[in-house]
Amino acid sequence: MTFEIPKVSYSGKIKEIPLGRGENIITVGGESCYPFHLFEGAIPHPPKIAMEVYDKEPEDWPDTALEPFADVAGDPVAWARKCVDTYGAEMIALQLASTDPNAEDTPADEAAAITKKVSDAVDVPLIVFGTSNTDKDTEVLKAVCETCEGKNLIIGPLGEGNYRAIGATAIGYKHTVMASTPIDINLAKQLNILLGNLNVPDDKIIIDPTTGALGYGLEYCYSVIERIRTAALIQEDERLQFPIIANFAKEVWKTKEVKLSEPEAPLLGDQKKRGVLMEAMTAQCVLLAGADILVMRHPEAINLVKESIQDLMIKGEG
Amino acid sequence: MGLSGIEIFKKLPKTNCGKCGVPTCLAFAMKLATGKAELDACPDLSEDVKEELGEASAPPVRTVVIGTGERAVKLGGETVLFRHEKRFENPPAFTLFLSDKMDESEISAKLTKFKETSYERVGLVLRPAMVAVKGEKDASGFMALVEKVCNDTDAALVLMNEDADALSQAAKTCSNRKPLIYAATMENVETLGNLAMELSCPLAVKGNSLEELAELSEKLIKMGVKDLILDSGARTAGKSLEDQIIIRRSALMKKFKPFGFPTIVFPCEMTDDPMKEAMIACQMVAKYGSIIVLSEIEGHSIFPLLLASMNIFTDPQRPMAVEQKIYEIGATDENSPVLITGNFSLTYFIVSGEVDASRVPSYLLIKDTEGLSVLTAWAAGKFGADTIAPFIKKCGIEEKVKHRKLVIPGYLATISGELEEELPDWEILIGPREASHLPAYLKELSA
Repeated sequence: MTFEIPKVSYSGKIKEIPLGRGENIITVGGESCYPFHLFEGAIPHPPKIAMEVYDKEPEDWPDTALEPFADVAGDPVAWARKCVDTYGAEMIALQLASTDPNAEDTPADEAAAITKKVSDAVDVPLIVFGTSNTDKDTEVLKAVCETCEGKNLIIGPLGEGNYRAIGATAIGYKHTVMASTPIDINLAKQLNILLGNLNVPDDKIIIDPTTGALGYGLEYCYSVIERIRTAALIQEDERLQFPIIANFAKEVWKTKEVKLSEPEAPLLGDQKKRGVLMEAMTAQCVLLAGADILVMRHPEAINLVKESIQDLMIKGEG
Repeated sequence: MGLSGIEIFKKLPKTNCGKCGVPTCLAFAMKLATGKAELDACPDLSEDVKEELGEASAPPVRTVVIGTGERAVKLGGETVLFRHEKRFENPPAFTLFLSDKMDESEISAKLTKFKETSYERVGLVLRPAMVAVKGEKDASGFMALVEKVCNDTDAALVLMNEDADALSQAAKTCSNRKPLIYAATMENVETLGNLAMELSCPLAVKGNSLEELAELSEKLIKMGVKDLILDSGARTAGKSLEDQIIIRRSALMKKFKPFGFPTIVFPCEMTDDPMKEAMIACQMVAKYGSIIVLSEIEGHSIFPLLLASMNIFTDPQRPMAVEQKIYEIGATDENSPVLITGNFSLTYFIVSGEVDASRVPSYLLIKDTEGLSVLTAWAAGKFGADTIAPFIKKCGIEEKVKHRKLVIPGYLATISGELEEELPDWEILIGPREASHLPAYLKELSA
């Protein structure tokens, strides 16, 4: 019996954004179909995973997450090297968590110096996150832009309150920016328009739609990503045709369920495997919604997701 | 949904009697068209009209029930491709795979895990739903295993056997449990089609390709089999994704009847690595698997899978809410801090998680804000001083603590004066705006 495969006609395409520099450029985006819908469109650049590195030794991680990095946790340069050399990281995501005024309040110049050292130590594209504190991020990320001129870092989050100051500096020093909005397609579009008005080039914008953890609001993020992708591909919403980054590892690893030991919660099974799967399944969901870059922590979760991406990029057979 | 509100309206009695709970027939028709009302609510429809409208307004993916009683599993009934378009209706049934090739101790251990696995979250019970029993040896061994499982659990069953005789025999002994018969293929489609009709049991249909699946399904529909479950035969993650999307799209976009049924998928046959199997299962949760068959039920994989299923199948139009009450976090005593926030489930999870992480035992008062988040609730007049004050007095917290200090969300700083007037015995403390700052705040507060 024959039947016709109901195909969707896509009128839009996601912009291709080159990350990093020189021979080590990694391009993301470029899709002309929904995630892994290879029977009706092209995905020239499969999604990529950036491994997290923290600027100071983390205090609140469960041992199951810290264990792979226990030997490097206080040294961001060694940490980043380990991610690349031992775990084959495609990108690094440096979390400048200690700059938070509610944490150690590390000064901007110190954070910039750490970022510079990390960027000198690895060749892969480097993503740099502030702490979503509007004023402090402005200070920190401006300093990072200056100190790491020409390295085409991916910096963020840029929000409503600081996109001008950080955006202008990023243009000057040729970095890529992450436009961050709180789980809302209209705000995401609006911020991209504003960045365009500021003359941030189209090949320097990544959308950060805010991502929660599995069991902690993931459904909102999942649907916002699906809606952004639909608007970009079907409704030709040009200001949403950018790759999407999902920064969820820090959300997953602070949930109660990854911290409970097996004796404390026998019905939740092995603590390490549970944490790994909580992270990997959060990734799996946002991948299927349309994320292009995943910010992840645990090497075993990363391996599972890499394998999943490979499997979903095989067309047709089986 | 096939018919518009106006088309449905033409068939209604037009009496505007209001017995259906809606003032006019037109309003009722509009509700029917959007799936927000049930046809049965109208007491004056003839059976003919009911059938006609029922057919036309039936969801493009048929709702199929497997099992009976409390453990019956409802699948399908889906009307959209993306959850944000409306909502997904029936979450997938995670199903434990058992085979007569396994030894008795393995089977018992797996069944025990299956039975004890159950979690409560936001008032919902999350647990694996069904057991699949496969016969791979002789008919008597299969029969014995089916009987054992029937005696051991009330859960809905899938009976799997390539030997149609053995399958018939087993299905007949437990047809009162309404098991899913797996599966009609090119070789046995008539035999199993007749068996399913005779026993009134749902029937799985398995093709080696989408084309073959469509052919088999069409044949069964013509025979008069109503409740089908589709297996496209795909046994890799990539091919399964493609098939699931094509099946769902065919049903919704083309009204292609042979594909208008729930599906069954087998992550357990796609890999030997249980962690990878869980990842494939997670893929099926998001993209259209209805029965997801797993080789094991282990807390570390089934719990995240159930969370994924809960997240994806939450109704996007209705905020999830938790119960209004005092939540005691840690070993609280009469000196523990008291915090208040709204009952949006996400607010509750995040705030309680941070309070827990602070290791400062605290009372978290959750006030009913109709599932709205703090600022939205405040703007809607459901989380102001006038409603918080009576809640504080009635909820019983005054008997639990000696002190009279209440921490309110940082975003509600503006109501603190008003609240102090309403609650003269209480000192109002303004907490942080972001939940993530709660641990530091609570540590300082209790220092």
